[in-house]
Amino acid sequence: MAFINLKDKVIQAKIVYYGPGRCGKTTNLEYIYDKCRLQINSEMVTVKTQGDRTLFFDFFPFDMGKISGYDVKIQLYTVPGQVKYNSTRRLVLKGVDGVVFVADSAADRRNKNIISIKNLEENLKLYNKNIRDIPLVIQYNKRDLAKEGIEILDVETLENDLNAELKVPSFEASAVEGDNVILTLKKIIYDTMSSLEKQLKQEP
Amino acid sequence: MILGQKQLDKIDDVLKENLIGSGVQSVMLIDTAGNVIASINNGNETVDLYSLAALAAANFGAMSCMAKIVGEDEFSLLFHKGEKENIYFCKVNEELLLVNIFNNQISLGFLRLKMSKVVEELVELLAL
Repeated sequence: MAFINLKDKVIQAKIVYYGPGRCGKTTNLEYIYDKCRLQINSEMVTVKTQGDRTLFFDFFPFDMGKISGYDVKIQLYTVPGQVKYNSTRRLVLKGVDGVVFVADSAADRRNKNIISIKNLEENLKLYNKNIRDIPLVIQYNKRDLAKEGIEILDVETLENDLNAELKVPSFEASAVEGDNVILTLKKIIYDTMSSLEKQLKQEP
Repeated sequence: MILGQKQLDKIDDVLKENLIGSGVQSVMLIDTAGNVIASINNGNETVDLYSLAALAAANFGAMSCMAKIVGEDEFSLLFHKGEKENIYFCKVNEELLLVNIFNNQISLGFLRLKMSKVVEELVELLAL
């Protein structure tokens, strides 16, 4: 859950990029870090293995400026996608306020996407959060692969596999080229802030 | 989690009086999700608080998992020693952690004594 400091008028909310290994979570964050330097007063933290795979997480705080008199800081995290790192994925999800699920459009990654979104649902349950209630945006990444002649899944198939029941906002994207990376971020920030506002109104 | 101005002022006072006053360079109260709740320093520290908080929370979480694997509830001492700067982590309750940065002019034993007093006072404050 976000932390609200009434003294300094700061809101800190946590958004996590989730998805199977090599789907482009880190590439999303790298693109945002590169394009939005003015809003980021910090170095990007990456805890990765020697082979450049995310071991724990990537992180930076994203300054949204003032909303209703409060300084809003969005903490952007990725999780390690590889199946074996589930315990670290769980740790990163602690206190999450919004999730971007990054799906890999490559046809041979279809099953990995399905396993990963189920894993997200299970891990959220550990923190008493329901995948149907938490702000969630799905990004169908790597649409650019088609140009290189690599077979990709059509959006209808991806929607059927991952979003048939959830019916959350989804975007086609290419993190490498930057297509719809910022749009995905804007949408998840908007949904997360709306959800926090709703929760605050329900507080006694 | 929402903390009011009075609570945050008192938290600042407790940290300043007991820790900064005893020579600790920088102290940060964070939650286990990596949010910074309060931070005070002696005026000479310019660390990147938000990154440190994210890593400290993750480090604490990883250590807790390691403790469970070896059959412990938790490791009570989380201390990283550097050449000039050291970091000491301390759990306040299930949600909050204290992260201290200090140099070699303070002994770890003295800091631990101070910390146990601070934790007691913070627990009381947070229960209000």
